[in-house]
Amino acid sequence: MSLLINLFLLGFLLIIAIAVMRIHNLMAMAMLFGLYSLLVSGLFVVLDAPDVAFTEAAVGTGISTVLMLVTLASLRNSHEARYPGRLKKGPLLLSLLMGAMLVYGTHDIARLGEPSAPVHQQVGKHYVEKGQQETGIPNLVTAVLASYRGFDTLGEVTVVLTAGLAVLMLLTRPRKPHIKMEARNDP
Amino acid sequence: MVTAYLAAGIAILITMALGLTRALLGPTVFDRILAVNMFGTKAVLLVSVFAYFSGRPDFLDIALLYSLLNFVGVIAALRLVERGKHFANPKESCYEPHGEKR
Repeated sequence: MSLLINLFLLGFLLIIAIAVMRIHNLMAMAMLFGLYSLLVSGLFVVLDAPDVAFTEAAVGTGISTVLMLVTLASLRNSHEARYPGRLKKGPLLLSLLMGAMLVYGTHDIARLGEPSAPVHQQVGKHYVEKGQQETGIPNLVTAVLASYRGFDTLGEVTVVLTAGLAVLMLLTRPRKPHIKMEARNDP
Repeated sequence: MVTAYLAAGIAILITMALGLTRALLGPTVFDRILAVNMFGTKAVLLVSVFAYFSGRPDFLDIALLYSLLNFVGVIAALRLVERGKHFANPKESCYEPHGEKR
């Protein structure tokens, strides 16, 4: 059944990707992007990565789609995008080349769950065995994220905070304080 | 039991294909929103069926999250169609903003 679901979901993904390129209606484009990300998170569920699926669903389907729609709603000419329908050879060639290189690169990835993979050989073992003694945190994932990779997490949080502030500044219109002048009706 | 799950999964996938067709063809904005909403609902169902099929009912949490996001997304889209004046094509919209004359 997972093969069937994979096939269907990948087929849907391909259809949506082509449709996003072909469609002119910007609103439909934003909605289709949301669908795309929903399908990708469905694929993550099938690939046995529920936490990644959670993140992808919340960020990709939820926040990104809503942000894109908000942006479209605050533009003046946001119904349609007109562009020449000609296919440019150079970028097409470049992206095909890039895709081919990525597919070639996947041959070097270790098989799923292989015990001799580098992931299971090096630091991972140390984290699993010594993590609780060294950090005193019961949850191993939290220990890795908050203690072993503390600086990395701090940087990520800073990036997220900056992005959030920037979005807030862009979306809320600056409303200058309006000081009411006293009506001067001196006799 | 496996056959039942398989049949349900195939039926949901076919319904998803139909919803996707409507979302791609949909002449009006509202068709597309409805189709996307239905597609999201089918994704929730698919995840639940897959959760029970693969013997891990804790995947149901993801289905719950999907349904919440689906709801929020559709509400946001509808609110923004209402707010954005040039958002929907006036020719295809059946919505009249506050009795404005076009």
